[in-house]
Amino acid sequence: MTMLPEPSAIKLGLVIDLDICVGCQACVVNCKEWNTSGYGAPLSDANAYGEAPSGAWLNRVHAYEAGDGADSRTVHFPKSCLHCEDAPCVTVCPTGASFKRAEDGIVLVNEDWCIGCGLCAWSCPYGARELDPAEGVMKKCTLCVDRIYNDNVPEEDRVPACVRTCPTNARHFGDLGDPDSDVSLMVAARGGIDLMPEQETRPVNKYLPPRPRRATEDAPVSLVAMAEAETPKGFWKWVDSTLEKLG
Amino acid sequence: MRPAWSIIFFTTISGLGLGLAGWIVIGLLPLMTPGSVMGVGFATLALIGAGLLSSTFHLGHPERAWRALSQWRSSWLSREGVLAVLVMAGLAGWFATAYTGGHVPFWANLVLLALIYLTVYATSMIYASLKTVARWYHPLTPICYLMFAAAGGLLAVLALLAVLRLPITAALAQAAIVLMLSAWGVKIAWWRLAGQAKPAGSIESATGLGALGAVRPLMPPHTEENYLQHEMGFVVARNHADKLRMISLALGGGLPVVILFLAPASAGALAVAVMAHVAGMFVERWLFFAEAKHVVTLYYGEPA
Repeated sequence: MTMLPEPSAIKLGLVIDLDICVGCQACVVNCKEWNTSGYGAPLSDANAYGEAPSGAWLNRVHAYEAGDGADSRTVHFPKSCLHCEDAPCVTVCPTGASFKRAEDGIVLVNEDWCIGCGLCAWSCPYGARELDPAEGVMKKCTLCVDRIYNDNVPEEDRVPACVRTCPTNARHFGDLGDPDSDVSLMVAARGGIDLMPEQETRPVNKYLPPRPRRATEDAPVSLVAMAEAETPKGFWKWVDSTLEKLG
Repeated sequence: MRPAWSIIFFTTISGLGLGLAGWIVIGLLPLMTPGSVMGVGFATLALIGAGLLSSTFHLGHPERAWRALSQWRSSWLSREGVLAVLVMAGLAGWFATAYTGGHVPFWANLVLLALIYLTVYATSMIYASLKTVARWYHPLTPICYLMFAAAGGLLAVLALLAVLRLPITAALAQAAIVLMLSAWGVKIAWWRLAGQAKPAGSIESATGLGALGAVRPLMPPHTEENYLQHEMGFVVARNHADKLRMISLALGGGLPVVILFLAPASAGALAVAVMAHVAGMFVERWLFFAEAKHVVTLYYGEPA
């Protein structure tokens, strides 16, 4: 059913802190590991040990430089499905395979119905969908629907694999429909943003922008200047002046 | 966007077949003998059907293609499938009635005509509804598809009239010239207007980092080309786009118009005109895909 459901009260999603992410790619690897053996067909690779390996991944981490000069910075940028409220990938699907769950807003693909036409991937501005090279069906982030509701895994593991594995706590999972949830409070406090709002997809996932740089006026500017500012005393003063005399 | 041959063949050949069918159901091609009904009916349905069949070749699971008929309430691709099936069934009925010498009521012809052009419109809206591809997301995109179906169809009607040794009036030949020139006029306008459409988004809004200043990609997320870049980062055409546009215009519009002007009654010349038109449309449709930029390429540093 590719008509979008009425907006759900519960909106499960991710909050990604761009101030903290160090680009270690652990979330990418754990995502692939969990999802190759969980929901749907395995996430296959093509030519994995050849010259130009490729394969389906549900989560990828870019790196960008933002700003200029001394104030520029490197930002690691994880990107996966944003589980949009107005998901174009759902409405374009001709078969009903692509759907948004009415109960928690997770966007999923029914792989038994998918014909692999690729139109949903064309409709997504974020590049969140990749056609599986072996199965010929569309793959995407499931928000680890097979972990978060899974009574067979320990309670602390009932979060998406990328969140569970992040060593710097840059990824958070929760209900963005509840204004009092930890993730919603975090978004409110840090001014969380939507990616490409011009596309009017209303993403559920939010990104926390890098924090403003701390003031550096009183701090030393250069280690060389620090060393030069220091005048030697005692034995080192004698060494210094003797060496000077030697020319 | 990567041009898939199956899709180029589908939109071009089905578009021609549908345009031809549209003129036939309003009686522009008098089919006097059962033989001519059979021949023209077979050719028309073969054009539409071959295009539709070809469109399933790029699917990961063609055996499930029937499922694509289910989501007509939200999906233009599904609507296109449903409409195409209705048109094929309606045309089969139309040709069967004509073959047995029966009479198709006026209203049924109008319904069939509407379904035919709705099918072409649905095909165009598969692309024109994608906000992620700025140059497709333009009001002129469906007009181009509709005009080319009508112009190509009328050219095919003239060729069939000549083959069937039926008279071609000067007015009909002139109408075909005007329609062909108008279609390419719309296409040239589309090249100028839609071709300059900027994507809704920038690398700054795509990353949300615009508040820090200009954003540049530093490291890609993977060492090799991925599905997204393969599918949506196709850049081969851009260097030769101008030359290819001229080739498509000359073959698809110029040569057919010259032939319509000089030899509007020669079956051989009109057959060449139809073939040149189809070849030109192939190039035009290839460019339609190859020149289109997808907004996701902003993440990979493609200039907006």
